Amino acid sequence: MNFIKKWSGHAAVVVALAVAAGGALAQGRPLSVVSWGGAYQDAQKEVYFKPFMEKTGIKMVDESWDGGIGVLRAKMQGGANNWDVVQVESEELLLGCEEGLFEKLDWAKLGGKDKFLKNAVNDCGVGSIVYNFVLGYDGDKIKAAPKGWTDFWDVKKYPGKRALRKGPKTNLEIALLADGVPAADVYKLLATPAGVDRAFNKLSQLKPNLIWWEKGSQPPQMLASGEAAMVSAYNGRIAAANKTDKKNFKMVWAGSLYTIDSWVIMKNSPNKAAAEQFLAFSSDPQNQKNLPPRIPYGVTNVASTALVDKAVMPDLPTNPVNLNASLYINDKFWLENLDKLNQRFNAWLAK
Amino acid sequence: MQPREPETAGRPPAGPEARRAPAPGPSLERQLAAAERSKKWRAFLLTAPLLLFLLLTFLGPIGALLSRSVVDTEFAAALPNVAREIRRWDGHALPDEATFAALIADVRAARAADTLAPAATRLNYDVSGFRSLLFTTGRRLPDQLQGSARDTLTEIDPKWAEVETWGAIARASGPVTSLFVLAALDLKRTAGGEFIGAPAEEKIFVQVLVRTFAIATAVTILCLALGYPLAYVLASLPTRTANALLVLVLLPFWTSLLVRTSAWIVLLQHEGVINEALLQTGLIESALELLYRRAAVYAAMTHVLLPFMVLPLYAGMRSIPPAHVRAALSLGATPLTAFWRVYAPQTLPAVGAGVLMVFIQALGYYITPALVGGPDDQMLSYFIAFYASKTINWGMAAALSVALLAATVALYWVYDRLVGIDRIRMA
Repeated sequence: MNFIKKWSGHAAVVVALAVAAGGALAQGRPLSVVSWGGAYQDAQKEVYFKPFMEKTGIKMVDESWDGGIGVLRAKMQGGANNWDVVQVESEELLLGCEEGLFEKLDWAKLGGKDKFLKNAVNDCGVGSIVYNFVLGYDGDKIKAAPKGWTDFWDVKKYPGKRALRKGPKTNLEIALLADGVPAADVYKLLATPAGVDRAFNKLSQLKPNLIWWEKGSQPPQMLASGEAAMVSAYNGRIAAANKTDKKNFKMVWAGSLYTIDSWVIMKNSPNKAAAEQFLAFSSDPQNQKNLPPRIPYGVTNVASTALVDKAVMPDLPTNPVNLNASLYINDKFWLENLDKLNQRFNAWLAK
Repeated sequence: MQPREPETAGRPPAGPEARRAPAPGPSLERQLAAAERSKKWRAFLLTAPLLLFLLLTFLGPIGALLSRSVVDTEFAAALPNVAREIRRWDGHALPDEATFAALIADVRAARAADTLAPAATRLNYDVSGFRSLLFTTGRRLPDQLQGSARDTLTEIDPKWAEVETWGAIARASGPVTSLFVLAALDLKRTAGGEFIGAPAEEKIFVQVLVRTFAIATAVTILCLALGYPLAYVLASLPTRTANALLVLVLLPFWTSLLVRTSAWIVLLQHEGVINEALLQTGLIESALELLYRRAAVYAAMTHVLLPFMVLPLYAGMRSIPPAHVRAALSLGATPLTAFWRVYAPQTLPAVGAGVLMVFIQALGYYITPALVGGPDDQMLSYFIAFYASKTINWGMAAALSVALLAATVALYWVYDRLVGIDRIRMA
């Protein structure tokens, strides 16, 4: 009996300590910032995280994640959310804001909405990077530069397979652009059954020459192996292939599609004040201008782009020439229609 | 399973009194029965951990997953009143004022509690655009109702005056739904209760199910055609040589499926081993498209599944005494007749085992066709994975699993009728 008492005494002490430690941890927890990991987060560390800690003295830890609204939901529902600032894709931004997973932002603290690109402004999030789906090809194999998606469909002039991302998102837009629809009308048209039919018909024309990719790393590989003559690809992947593998891949910015990742603050974060400071820091043009030279993503504060090193401008999504030639991917449309269009796309693919 | 109780089960157990006065006949019987019983219990206890393990890790999760094809509680959890009211609805004209009012009250409450999202997601599976309809409605609801609930809602969005909008709510009101199972068969049920086919451009799953069975059948036939002669040769060799050669069958069997599939990609791809070799020798002018075709799926799946055919065949053939064929030959049968009339019939149980094993495994194949097949070579499992991991639509994933399981069980039953499961021997 005695040893049980003794041990339960120990256990009580341990539990008490653990609870105390937990409480202390929750109160004095460092600001946790979550992003996409890899080369991108390494660049963020240099450009934002380290300078921010030096300047403000705020303790900060960074983690990485793979996205998915379910992860954020689980964090909030579990009641043990240990994330403060998270980088999310535009779809998670829409869903999470609707569902009350994020704090509403005080835009005055970020310098006002008009300082940012229009699509980088949201009640719950501030845009962090801009990146594009571009038409990519190997400049060593194709000499006559294709001008846009219409040339993507021209298999006589440019023989060879074409690779597109498996799924309806981005491809229906591309099909309509290739069919001569002005960028401004693409989503208006896709909202009608006739527009969806037109997009699928256009894709059907190219179907015998199409192959599909699922991971962003595939399109440059397909270009390199000669499997595909032209691809749709993330601009960052094409630039990376040119840089690290010494390729001569080219990008066509006209008719490219762009999307924006955003920073959000998780609801009821105990570090809200520090999080807001971080958002202001990472939205400052003087800090944003340092990101593109390290990794070819566009930045969201309008003033930043003018400050960016001129050498990287041609391949920068927020270079006004590139930005004006591209179309913003409408996530509201996809949120509504993805279930049905997925089904239709799968059926179309299987025929 | 309960061990069968011996006849003495109802009687009181043999106590000390019975032992003191042993009556010759029944006591021995009783002792035997008791011994039997304890043996059965011991056997049961020994297998209990396994049973428990299977229950916890296999039957439980699978049952829970499959039940999600019909269980549908997300909507009713978030909007309980309208889910209850809509059950009174006949599905023809618009529902009554009480249902409209219940919807308004529920949407308000769900917005306040942040529980609208799962309900909206569920409705959007059924009707595109329902997600924003629900959220916009929630945002635009006035604080005080002016006039009828019905007019208020119709003013916010005319979709509330459409019967099929309410049909979707009725289909989602739970606790069970046929939406997913019907969708897995390219069918849909209207608000009025009629069954209609999915729109032509969205029909897919029946075709995929047929394709799944076609691929599995083709692979089984290929495995049998390749495996039978191989097993025959192995079985006719001296044991030592056969064992050495059997390693060649087992080695790939022990290699990861992913590695073997990737090896096929290396062989077949555009600049792969086969194309390079053919180009080098000048047999072809330009590289052939070998990958992402049905033939590649057949080749890779046959390769992966071949050991499951060879091993039971080999074991079965080993157990056939060579004397039988010798006897047939000495009685004047030609070698072909001796093989066909004497040897082959004895291998049938092993053939049955191999065919069933390969076929049922092939039905569930996912990764091999996904890697080496084209878009029109994907099997049903691909779509199960698509819904389970890409769109997180568990209802559809479960419904497609049910369709595959039901088709497999039906086939097994037919097989049992035609061939007889008890004739199968793994040897």
